Amino acid sequence: MDYLPNILFAIALVLGIGFFAKNVRKLIRNIKLGQDVDVSDNKSQRWKNMAMIALGQSKMVKRPIAGILHIVVYIGFVIINIEVLEIIIDGLFGTHRIGLSILPQSVYGFLIGSFEILAVGVLISVILFWIRRNVIKLKRFLSNEMTGWPKNDGNIILYFEVVLMCLFLVMNATDTSFQELNSGNVISQYIAPLFNGLSEGSLHLIERGAWWLHIVGILIFLNYLYYSKHLHILLAFPNTYYGSLKPKGEFNNLDAVTNEVKLMMDPNADPFAAPAEGAEEEVPAKFGASDVQDLNWVQLLNAYTCTECGRCTSSCPANLTGKKLSPRKIMMDTRDRLEEVGKNIDANNGTFVDDGKQLLGDYITNEELWACTTCNACVEECPVSINPLSIILDMRRYLVMEQSAAPTELNNMMTNIENNGAPWPYNQMDRLNWKDE
Amino acid sequence: MSEQLKVPTMAECMAEGKQPEVLFWVGSAGSYDDRAKKITKAFVRILNKANVDFAVLGSEESCTGDVAKRAGNEFLFQMQAMMNIEVLNAYEIKNIVTCDPHSFNCIKNEYPSLGGNYNVKHHTQFIKELIDSGKLKVQQHTYKGKRITFHDPCYLGRANNEYDAPRVVLSTLDANLTEMKRHRATALCCGAGGAQMFKEPEKGDKDINVLRTEDALETNPDIIATGCPYCNTMMTDGVKAKEKEDSITVLDVAELIANS
Repeated sequence: MDYLPNILFAIALVLGIGFFAKNVRKLIRNIKLGQDVDVSDNKSQRWKNMAMIALGQSKMVKRPIAGILHIVVYIGFVIINIEVLEIIIDGLFGTHRIGLSILPQSVYGFLIGSFEILAVGVLISVILFWIRRNVIKLKRFLSNEMTGWPKNDGNIILYFEVVLMCLFLVMNATDTSFQELNSGNVISQYIAPLFNGLSEGSLHLIERGAWWLHIVGILIFLNYLYYSKHLHILLAFPNTYYGSLKPKGEFNNLDAVTNEVKLMMDPNADPFAAPAEGAEEEVPAKFGASDVQDLNWVQLLNAYTCTECGRCTSSCPANLTGKKLSPRKIMMDTRDRLEEVGKNIDANNGTFVDDGKQLLGDYITNEELWACTTCNACVEECPVSINPLSIILDMRRYLVMEQSAAPTELNNMMTNIENNGAPWPYNQMDRLNWKDE
Repeated sequence: MSEQLKVPTMAECMAEGKQPEVLFWVGSAGSYDDRAKKITKAFVRILNKANVDFAVLGSEESCTGDVAKRAGNEFLFQMQAMMNIEVLNAYEIKNIVTCDPHSFNCIKNEYPSLGGNYNVKHHTQFIKELIDSGKLKVQQHTYKGKRITFHDPCYLGRANNEYDAPRVVLSTLDANLTEMKRHRATALCCGAGGAQMFKEPEKGDKDINVLRTEDALETNPDIIATGCPYCNTMMTDGVKAKEKEDSITVLDVAELIANS
C-alpha cells in the first residue's frame, strides 16, 4: 500500500490550518489591544443583526448590481465548501469521492451539480467584479488610498477565485468514473470534451493535479486572509454582532469626563481632599484617541473587518466635495497602524516599545478629522456595520481635550458657549427677545 | 410686529402654579439667528393656533452642548448638559419639543445617561400628532400645486430614523412633493453638521451645501423644505450661490404649515 499521498495531504492540512490558527491568535491579540467596551447587552437583537446583515446580506443589496453579484459569490463560496469536506476525507483516508458511497447517487449528483452551477455563477460574478475594478474603473475603487497593495489585493482575491473555480470544474471534467455516472456533471460534461484524445493515464494525472491544486489553493487562500482585506468573510459575523444598537445620532458620553464634571459642579466637593484610604491610585485618564490602543476593541475589530469596498467614501459629503477625508482611509489607516503596533510587539518579546509614531498625525491628519460633518452617511452605508465616525470623534476629542488643537473658529465658538451659553456671542438674557421682535 | 404670540416661560407658569404639558426647547439658533427666529415664531403660531399648553425656558435655557460634543469637547458638552438637566428636572419637565434636530438628538439620546430623561419630539413629529388628532387644521390653498422637495436633516433622518413625519406633514399641503435622487437614508448632508457651521470648510473643490442644492435643483422645485435651522441656512446660501433665490425659497416645515 502507498500511503505517501495521505501523509503528504495530512502534512499540508496541518501546516495550512496551523499557520492560519497562529495568525488568528495574533489577530485576536491585536484586537484586544483596544480599550474594553461593554457589548454584552441585548443579545437577541445582536444575533438578529448578525443574521440579517452578515448572513442575510441585507445591506449589500442597497446597491443592487454589486449586491446581487456578491450574493452569488457568497452563496457559492459557502456551499462549494461542503465539497471541501469530501476532499479532506478523501485526502486523509485515500478514498475517492466518499460521498458516493454514503449518499444515494441521485443525491450526490444533485449536490455536485449544484456546486458546478454555483461555480459558474461565481466565475461570471468574479469576472464582472474584475471588469468593474479594472475596465469600467468605478470611481470608488480609484480613490487615493486605493493604489499599491490595496488595489493589488482586490485583484489577487479575484484571481484566486477564478483559479479555484476552474480547478474544481476541471477536476470533475477529467474524473472519468464521475463523468461515466452522468449524474451531477451538469457543467463539467461540456468541459470534458476538451480533454478528448488524452490517454486514461494523462486524464488521471490532470484530475489528480486539479484535485491537489484545488485543496492546496484553498489552504493558501485561507492563509492569505490574514494579510488581506478579505478577512471580512470571517469577521463580518462578529462585527455585525458587536455593531452599535443605539440610534446613529447618539455619541457615547465619556464616563471619565462625567466624573470630573460632577466633581466640578458639586458644591460640597473638596478639591483638595486626600483620596480615601486604600483607594486605588487614579491613573490619569487620556481623553480621546491618538493611537490605536486608545480606541476600543470593537473599533479595532471594525478596522480588520473593512473590505475596502468604499461605499462609505462614495457617500461622504466631505469626500464628494474634494476634501481629504475618506472614511475608508480612516479604517485602513487604523488597521495599518494596528498591524504596525502588533509587529512591534512581536519583535520586542510581547511588549510594545514606543516607536515615536501614532495613528494621529502619522496616518490620519487633523485636516481629515476636521472635515467630517458627523452626518452618519458612512455608518449608514457600511454593509458590515463598521463605524468610521466613532474613530473620527474619538480623535477629535484628543485634539480638543488633550491638545487644545481645534481650529480657531471652533475655539471661539466654544468660548462663547462657556461664556454665554450659545455658540454665538449673544447675551443669555436676550434668549427670548425674538418673542417681541 | 402686529401678531401677538403667546409665549409663556416656565418661570411664569411656576409662579402661577401651572405645569405646562410640553416644553418648547428653542435652541441657540432659534433664539438668536435671524432666519431661525422666523422658524421659531412660525412654530409658536402653530402651537398657539392648536391651543397647545406649552412654555419655554427663556433666559434659563442654555446651549445643549451638542455642537461642542461633535467638535470633540466632551467637557463642555457635559457641563452644558448637566446644567440644563438641573433646570429641566427642577421644573419637572416630562415632554420636550424642538425645531432643531441637533437639540432633539442630543436631549433625546445623550442626556439620559447624565440624568435627563424626557420624552423628546422633533417639531415635525409634534405637528404630525397635532394634525392626526385633529387639533390642527391645515388650509390647503396657499401651497396648492407648488413643487416642494424635502431635504432630510441628518440628525432627524439617519441619526434617529425619522423620515416619515416631515413628509406626512407636508402631504397635508396638497402640494406637489418631489424627492431628490439622494433622499431618506441616502440623503446628502447640508454641510453644517459636526460643528462645520462654525468654521470654514477644509480645502476641496466644492462646498457641500452647493452640491446638496444641486441635488434639490434637479427636482425643479418652487420650495426646498427643511426641518433644521442649520440646513435652512446652508440651503438658502446654496440657492443664492446658484442665483436661484428669485424663483426658489427655502422654508421650514413649520413655516409652510403656519402659512397655510
